Amino acid sequence: MAKISKSPWLLHYDGSSCNGCDIEVLACLTPVYDVERFGIINTGNPKHADILLITGGINTQNKQVVEQIYSQMPNPKVVVAVGICACNGGVFKDCYNILGGADKVIPVDVYVPGCAARPESIIDGVVKALDILEKKREV
Amino acid sequence: MSAYVAVLIRVIAFIVLAPLLGGLLSGIDRKITARMQGRKGPSVLQPFYDVIKLINKETLSIGRMQYLYMFCFLAFIIFTGSCFFAGLDILLVFFVLTTAVMFFVLAASFPNSPFSRMGAMRELAQMLAYEPMVLLAAVGFYKATGTFAVNDIARQDVSAIIYLPGIFIGFVYILTIKFRKSPFDISTSHHAHQEMVKGITTELSGGMFAILEISHWYENIMLLGVVALFVINSHWWSIPLAILVCFIVYFIEILIDNTSARVKWKLMLSSAWAVTFILGTVNLLILQYLF
Repeated sequence: MAKISKSPWLLHYDGSSCNGCDIEVLACLTPVYDVERFGIINTGNPKHADILLITGGINTQNKQVVEQIYSQMPNPKVVVAVGICACNGGVFKDCYNILGGADKVIPVDVYVPGCAARPESIIDGVVKALDILEKKREV
Repeated sequence: MSAYVAVLIRVIAFIVLAPLLGGLLSGIDRKITARMQGRKGPSVLQPFYDVIKLINKETLSIGRMQYLYMFCFLAFIIFTGSCFFAGLDILLVFFVLTTAVMFFVLAASFPNSPFSRMGAMRELAQMLAYEPMVLLAAVGFYKATGTFAVNDIARQDVSAIIYLPGIFIGFVYILTIKFRKSPFDISTSHHAHQEMVKGITTELSGGMFAILEISHWYENIMLLGVVALFVINSHWWSIPLAILVCFIVYFIEILIDNTSARVKWKLMLSSAWAVTFILGTVNLLILQYLF
C-alpha cells in the first residue's frame, strides 16, 4: 500500500500577508525547487487538498474563510503555517484587526518561521507535515 | 467458437490492462511535461500513488446519487471501451461514450455548487464542440471501408487514414478537448490556474475523484484505440505502426498543452466546428465523388 505522503496535494491560502511568503511558496513550484518531484501538486480546491499552507496572519475578515476552507478539506489533513505572520502575527501582531497566527482559528501542525520563509524551509516544513499526515491516517 | 474466445480475451485484456497503461501514460505525460518546463518531474508511477491516496481519503458528498452517477460514468466508459475492443459497431461505441460523459455532467450538476455547475455547463459546450467530428469520423470509416464494424475496419487491405487524412487531423484536433489539454481544458484542468476552482471536478473528493481518474485512463486508451484504428489494416506491420502513431499523437497533444493558453469556450466551439466542416466535410465529399 503506497503511503499518503507520496501524493500530498497542497492548498495555498494567503491571509493578510505582505505577499513575500506567497512568492516563496510559488517559487517552490518553479524549476529550481520543483516540488512536483515529490508528487506535490498545488491544487486550488480544498476538497482535493491534503495540506493547507497558510501565509500571513488571521484578521477579522478572513477568520471565517480560513475556518470554512479547513472544514471543506477531507480527512486526514494537516495545516502548515508559513512565515512568522502565520505563526503568531509577526510585525502585524499588535494591529487592531489582526487576531494573531493561524492557530487562533484552526489547529496548526507545523510552523515554518522566517520573513519571508525560504523555499528550502517551506519544503522542509511540508516534508515534516507529511509524517504527521501519515500518523493521522493510521489513527 | 474460437472467435468468441478471442473477443472475450480482448475485452478482458482491455478491462485489466487499460487502467495500467492509461495510468502509466498519464505518468509519462507528467514527466514529459515537467522536462519541457525544465523540471525533474514526479515518478512515472505518480498517478497510481495519487489514486491510491484518494481511495484512502475521506469522501465528502452531499448525497448518494453522486456516487451512482460517478459509478455509471466509469461503468459506461468501460462498456464503450469493451465494445470497441470487441470489434463491435463504432457508432454504438461513440454513442455509449456520449452517454458516459452525460453521467459525469449529471454528477457535477447534482451538488448545488456554482463552480461545479459552471464546469458541467462547459463540459456540455465541449461535447457540442467535439461531437460533430466524432460522428463524421464514424461516417468517414463507413465511406472508406463500407462498414461500421470495428473488426472489419481493422481488416481492410489499405489503412483508413489513406482515405481519411482530413478526418484524421480533425479527430486529433478534437482529441485535445477529450484529453482535457490546454487550450481546450475549459471544464476542468489538471493545474491550479483554473478560474473556477476545479470546474467540473470541484465537488468530487476522495474515492469519487479516484473513480474519475480511473475512468479517464480507460477513456484515453479507448480514444488512442480509435487513433490506431485509422492506421491498422490486414498486414502485421500496421500494428507497431499504429502504436507509433498513437505515441506521436499523444506527444503532439502534450506539446500543444505546454505551448498554448486556455481559450474561451466560443473560440473552442467555432474553431472545432470550422475544423470539422473544412477537413471533415471536404474529406467526405472527395471520398463521395472522386472514388
